Amino acid sequence: MTTDASIFPPIAPPQLRYDLEIIASWIKPGSKVLGLGCGDGELLYWLKKEKSVQERGIEIEESRVAACIEKGLSVLQGDINEEIEDYPDKTFDYAICSQTLQQVYEPSNLIKSMLRVARMGVVSFPNFGHISVRAQLLWSGQAPVTRELPYSWHNTPNIRVLSLNDFIFFSKQAGFKIIQQAAIKTRNKSQQGRMIHLFPNLLATYGIFLIGQE
Amino acid sequence: MSEYTQSDPKGISVGIVEKQFFTFAKKSDPLKLESGASLGPVTLAYETCGTLNSNKSNVILVLHALSGDSHMAGYYTAHDARPGWWDLMIGPGKGIDTDKYFVICSNIVGSCAGSTGPASIDPETRKEYATHFPLITIGDMVEAQKALMDHLNITSILSAIGGSVGGMQVLEWCIRYPAMIRSAIPLATTTRHSALAIAFNEVARQSIMADPNWNQGHYYNGKKPDIGLALARMIGHITYLSDESMRLKFGRKLQNRSALSFEFGAEFQVESYLQHQGNKFIERFDANSFLYITKAADYFDLAEQYGNGSLVDAFSKCRAKFLVVSYTSDWLYPTYQSKEMVKAMKKNNLDVSFCEIESQWGHDAFLLPGQRLENLIRGFLRSISNDN
Repeated sequence: MTTDASIFPPIAPPQLRYDLEIIASWIKPGSKVLGLGCGDGELLYWLKKEKSVQERGIEIEESRVAACIEKGLSVLQGDINEEIEDYPDKTFDYAICSQTLQQVYEPSNLIKSMLRVARMGVVSFPNFGHISVRAQLLWSGQAPVTRELPYSWHNTPNIRVLSLNDFIFFSKQAGFKIIQQAAIKTRNKSQQGRMIHLFPNLLATYGIFLIGQE
Repeated sequence: MSEYTQSDPKGISVGIVEKQFFTFAKKSDPLKLESGASLGPVTLAYETCGTLNSNKSNVILVLHALSGDSHMAGYYTAHDARPGWWDLMIGPGKGIDTDKYFVICSNIVGSCAGSTGPASIDPETRKEYATHFPLITIGDMVEAQKALMDHLNITSILSAIGGSVGGMQVLEWCIRYPAMIRSAIPLATTTRHSALAIAFNEVARQSIMADPNWNQGHYYNGKKPDIGLALARMIGHITYLSDESMRLKFGRKLQNRSALSFEFGAEFQVESYLQHQGNKFIERFDANSFLYITKAADYFDLAEQYGNGSLVDAFSKCRAKFLVVSYTSDWLYPTYQSKEMVKAMKKNNLDVSFCEIESQWGHDAFLLPGQRLENLIRGFLRSISNDN
């Protein structure tokens, strides 16, 4: 049952950011997706329109939550670490934590919860092993400030910087498996980018991982 | 709910509306109340805006707060000074768009705004019911509204929307008639009153009952308990504001004077404001209605009634998609109460969105002009309309 479709002209989803495009390519059409720290809902909106997913999002900032709801997304305001706990086991096919893991106080707990409420998790983060980060620390001796991690040591929300290798090592320690991974070179928020196959931990600006239970 | 009603600054309005009435539950088949008592006949006042579409799938049910009425938007006559109480939200192109939706606002049983309440005539005694009127609950209000929907041949509600006591009716609707309610927007509301909320209501009721004119509720042929009702309203208004809004609105500013005058007049602006609100209220509200409706709000407890104490169980039959909204400075129904209901909805796998809107204006913020709520409601309703 719908109201007359003609009164709601469809809004075409904009072209996705390059890193989100990779994530989106991994999501099966019609699946149930939880976006953790979903921002203004760019990815969820695209997935809803283009892949007919059933979306849920959690975001802490009021204006961004509002932006999501205004787009018609199901998003609730709150802390991802607390809000994720209310969902029954395996409610979702995917729990996506895009560029937020580096801001989480207890990443291991969050990943555990992601793999409890969803069959698979998607995690992406800026690569702290990137050559520009290494070069800055080597040449200036100061904490690196990059396009991907643009804050100074004293005001950064990114309290858990990590490299691609760190995450791979962590997966073994924490006991989850990496199903698929992408090392990409793209600028912050850019729609352009490319895959890095050679020396990913040195040359990729971001890493994206599809993870599941061991 | 206070009287902020103002005309749309852009002059956009649904135009002239008409208050309509529906009477049901004849004496032989009265409305069975939760208390066990019966009531009949029952009249409900209601108003509609917009046009019902051919498959009757664009119905929005607006439910009003404690002191509201069916007059949600528009004007009764071209000379009315003020439009309906949610005129800023309901109209062509507005958050609740009357070009798209058929919007119904139903008054509540117990009210004094056209529906059967304590000021109505009891057909048995041919006198006002007064305090012989049975105690009513939020559930009873919803049962009466259901009868109205049946009368209008409406079997599916696209969205039930209401703030405060209106939000309680929204939640009650979702639990009682899960198959009928496709979505719901409970605003600045709660699944049960806190002790603080009950306490304020009780002081307000006591101030009415302590007025000698109250006369055990039988005042309809004499002087009315105006002082008690005005006082009750003043107490209510304190709970609708917030520390911050009072500081911003009044601070310690004096009313029509530059220095303290060492007397018991309304010297501070906040005193004068509350007295003004009290005095305006007695012109339009019945003291007994105030007693009954506040009592219904105090009794309201979804977990107790539908979940044996568990709010998760209480929502287990719900199917609606929800948008829950709270306000940062609402100390009558603080955000933690909204979060509790959101949590229970999530645990039931219900589709729920939640936003805590930043506002200084306390509980009544949902009635004030603000783009945020309007945009949220517009987007949410659009998503429901596009579903399926």
